[in-house]
Amino acid sequence: MVDPFITSFTIFVLAVFVGYHVVWNVTPALHTPLMAVTNAISGIIIVGAMLQVVDINGESITLTSVLGAIGIFLASINIFGGFLVTQRMLDMFKKKKR
Amino acid sequence: MENLSALLYLAAAVLFILSLKGLSSPVTALRGNLYGVLGMVIAVATTFMLMDKPVLLLIIAAIAAGGAIGAWKAKTVEMTGMPELVAAMHSLVGLSAVLIAVAAIFHTGVEHTPVQKVELFIGAFIGAITFTASVVAYGKLSGKFGAKAVNFSGQHLLNLVLALSMVGFGAAYFVSDSHAAFLMMLAIALVLGVTLIIPIGGADMPVVVSMLNSYSGWAAAGIGFTLNNPVLIIAGACVGSSGAILSYIMCKAMNRSIVSVLLGGFGAEAASGGSTASGPKNYKSGSADDAAFLMSNADSVIIVPGYGLAVSRAQHALQEFAQLLTEQGVTVRYAIHPVAGRMPGHMNVLLAEAEVPYEQVLEMEEINSDFSNTDVVLVIGANDVVNPAAQKDKQSPIYGMPILEAHKARTVIVVKRSMNAGYAGLDNELFYMDKTMMVFGDAKEVIEDLVKAVSH
Repeated sequence: MVDPFITSFTIFVLAVFVGYHVVWNVTPALHTPLMAVTNAISGIIIVGAMLQVVDINGESITLTSVLGAIGIFLASINIFGGFLVTQRMLDMFKKKKR
Repeated sequence: MENLSALLYLAAAVLFILSLKGLSSPVTALRGNLYGVLGMVIAVATTFMLMDKPVLLLIIAAIAAGGAIGAWKAKTVEMTGMPELVAAMHSLVGLSAVLIAVAAIFHTGVEHTPVQKVELFIGAFIGAITFTASVVAYGKLSGKFGAKAVNFSGQHLLNLVLALSMVGFGAAYFVSDSHAAFLMMLAIALVLGVTLIIPIGGADMPVVVSMLNSYSGWAAAGIGFTLNNPVLIIAGACVGSSGAILSYIMCKAMNRSIVSVLLGGFGAEAASGGSTASGPKNYKSGSADDAAFLMSNADSVIIVPGYGLAVSRAQHALQEFAQLLTEQGVTVRYAIHPVAGRMPGHMNVLLAEAEVPYEQVLEMEEINSDFSNTDVVLVIGANDVVNPAAQKDKQSPIYGMPILEAHKARTVIVVKRSMNAGYAGLDNELFYMDKTMMVFGDAKEVIEDLVKAVSH
């Protein structure tokens, strides 16, 4: 039986390589949109926050669920803000393509 | 159910990778962004599906509130304010990683294995450092606080002591399961985030912003390890390596090592460097009318924008001016140095906002060989990136840094507030060359005068 950590670690190392190769191909003109979209993608941490907001022994409001909810709130700012501002910037780059 | 959700998470991760891949060209980038949105929707929906007894009301209220603020910010932010916004968003990821780690620690009835404890520790401290460091970076970028680099003796020793005691408390938590030790560890990490960033000065911000971008990814991946959640690990790792690559590109463009940037104090060291040549030097200054005359009679003009353009929000006026020149038959192009501005790609976004055609905006390698057969170079609010000392003067602190070879053009016009040295504290020989004309003033005002001069 492989420890789940080893599985996670395998995924992690492979993902670093994928990220490395994909990002080297990003054109320098789009480095600011790249940062904005990675901001949005790191909002994926919302998944971790959601998993904390559960009923614990029949109680819905606990320290854990409240902290989790604040985490969701912060991550949502990133997700909505990140994707929308990227969209806005990319529209500017597109407009000039006329 | 478990298998289905794992597959859906995989789909979300693939979509995130495709969204980064889309940025390889402006044509595919918009579609890429949509892939990213889709990936996020799938990941969140899958998590809902997986959860046992979620507190729906709390989750939805939190998403709605955060989403509203994020959407509002995205709509209203000015393009000149992008570096601040990005720094602020890094801090949110960091803080949310911290909160999740604390929530997990206080999650009653859940036992953490030794491996999970180490993972929690790593996720939490990277998150905490990212949080406070990004807050300081935000302050520096927005000019609200901490803009000056703070250096004091024993700084690096202090950081080392803090880091060691942070690890010490982490170890104490590992052994004793003590919540207090975990919180102490976090508190020290929060302080460390501040002390690590305060010595770094303004022009090094592109590196810092990229580095914090990277940290925010590693923090997300760290939390993913704790929760054994593959989509968090993959997305976090991609963001982490993306930020690391950007930091590397920025460092290379300044010919500096990441270590020397992080240790800070560049400005001070440079000022004591040898290149302050003796004797009074003469420069020529002219009016906006003179500059406009030179440019409208030229065949080709290259514009070199720098941070000064962003500060005075002159991009729209500049575009108008370039448009007028183009209409008079002048070939106008823009040359972008990788570290121009305060974050990677800063100038490109500003010019895009002003609707400068994409084909006119060229990167350093693409345009450097063209300076020698260009009539006029117009330098706006840039300094170190056009300093010939980087190529000629071995004593210069910036020797070896790749520069835009503006000095090779037939005529150089420099728009600048005053003769004050740039960020690096260096004098710029370019300003004293016979073919150089200085036009003093705020970038936007000068360019508006240029527009007036050219249009009649």
